[in-house]
Amino acid sequence: MIGGFYMAKRKEALRKKREKMIEEKGVIYLDNVSKSYSTGSPALNGVTLSIGKGEFVFIVGDSGSGKSTLIKLLLRELTATSGNVHVMGLDMAKLKHRQIPKYRRNLGVVFQDFRLLNDRNVYENVAFAQRIVEKSASEIRRNVPSILATVGLAGKYKAKTKQLSGGEQQRVALARALVNKPSILLADEPTGNLDPKNSWDIMKLLEEINAKGTTVVVVTHNREIVNAMEKRVITMKKGVIVSDEEKGGYIDED
Amino acid sequence: MKISTLFYTIKQGFANIFRNKWYSLASIATISACLFLFGLFYAVVANFQNIIKTAEEGVSVTVFFDVDTTDARLEEIGQDIAARLEVSEVKFISDDEAWATFGPEYFGENYAEGFPENPLEGDNSYEVYLSDVSMQDALVTWLNSIPEVRKVNYSELTANTLSGANLLIAYVSIGIIVILLAVSIFLISNTVAIGISVRKEEINIMKYIGATDFFVRAPFVLEGMIIGVLGAGLPLILIYSLYNYALNYIVERFSVLSGFLSFLSVDQIFKFLTPVSLLVGVGIGFLGSISTVRKHLHV
Repeated sequence: MIGGFYMAKRKEALRKKREKMIEEKGVIYLDNVSKSYSTGSPALNGVTLSIGKGEFVFIVGDSGSGKSTLIKLLLRELTATSGNVHVMGLDMAKLKHRQIPKYRRNLGVVFQDFRLLNDRNVYENVAFAQRIVEKSASEIRRNVPSILATVGLAGKYKAKTKQLSGGEQQRVALARALVNKPSILLADEPTGNLDPKNSWDIMKLLEEINAKGTTVVVVTHNREIVNAMEKRVITMKKGVIVSDEEKGGYIDED
Repeated sequence: MKISTLFYTIKQGFANIFRNKWYSLASIATISACLFLFGLFYAVVANFQNIIKTAEEGVSVTVFFDVDTTDARLEEIGQDIAARLEVSEVKFISDDEAWATFGPEYFGENYAEGFPENPLEGDNSYEVYLSDVSMQDALVTWLNSIPEVRKVNYSELTANTLSGANLLIAYVSIGIIVILLAVSIFLISNTVAIGISVRKEEINIMKYIGATDFFVRAPFVLEGMIIGVLGAGLPLILIYSLYNYALNYIVERFSVLSGFLSFLSVDQIFKFLTPVSLLVGVGIGFLGSISTVRKHLHV
């Protein structure tokens, strides 16, 4: 009884500490972060950045600039060689292996190659994310059609993913990423495999999602979109941040 | 774990088998092939051992005593023999019983006519049956050390042949088991490698979405165990039919053999083979799937 009381009190104190951290440093905070692999030069070299709650941020840069490493650090697929990575007030270095699944449920992730379960239909792909967080059958039946309607796929819930166009597949991936209502959406080249029309549709959806309060981080090469959307743009080169501008544009390498 | 998650895991375990039909079939075929060879080998070896055991049970040592040995002393020696570990049975043959057996054998039906008295009088003996023929020499040495023992009859050749055959079967069994094990490991590791390429993407996706290791692992492990049961069941059915057929064929065609060779019934074979095959099948399925998934859990 007393133990339970102190446990609850401790949890509450930790929650308050995390909220304070988010308020002061942002929902994503990297402090002098470097990441080296066993071979070659460091993928990230002394990166410091802060992304606030509800922001929409583009991360741009050429291949080898460190964008993918940054996403992997945020997903806690990798840990930093030095420096601190904090996401939602949580210190990534202190996160234990068994705590990672629960942490990732706060993130929605979208990849360039969609990464759908191709042997299942649209509904099952999205419901799968809900099953992982142990939602009840009735909640799944309510939430999945609703999110499919949001991404414009209400009529295609029975279709196999391979029968869909690239744009539709990315919408399924987006629905799967959003169905658990994540605080942060990480999109790694979400328009990389799409034509211009579908690319714009996806970006509009991301903007809508952001407008509802979700922090959106988009890693992209798409110059037109970055320049047109007038959002914060962080440009990386050879593992360091070379510019960080509000309402920025795509900086040419030359 | 919620009940809905448990049902989902079970459903996915079964669904995975159908989703990856070729992988499932390859796994079932691999386990079946290994367990079929194991089952056949076991059936042959078990029959060999049974034949040798039956032959061993017929091997006896006969102990004769000095004529003046008292009944009480004979009784006492009989108890000492029976108490020895290598002895399975001791039969007392009185002089009258011995004459009743050997008389007709050597002198015909009217054997008693030329012998008004028992010519074997006082020639009492024990017929000693062994549980382990390789211990015959030790038993004979001990029997010869008893002062009242006049003579010990035994066949060194039979005992040596049988214990030699026993040893040979043991060596051959070990050899074949090692070969089967090596072949199984090779085939199963190859099948698991195919499984890894099929599953890599799926496990990665699950982990990115926030699935716990248990949630990722459970359907795969269940799938592996179902494949193991199927992989064990098929060869059991096949061996059951084959064994019954072979047994009937031998008994019908070579009835002469059945006079001195005793074969085990299909029930006797399956009493051991069924649980062992199922256990090995489930074990292979369990370990195979655990190792496949483990390699991709650290995403």
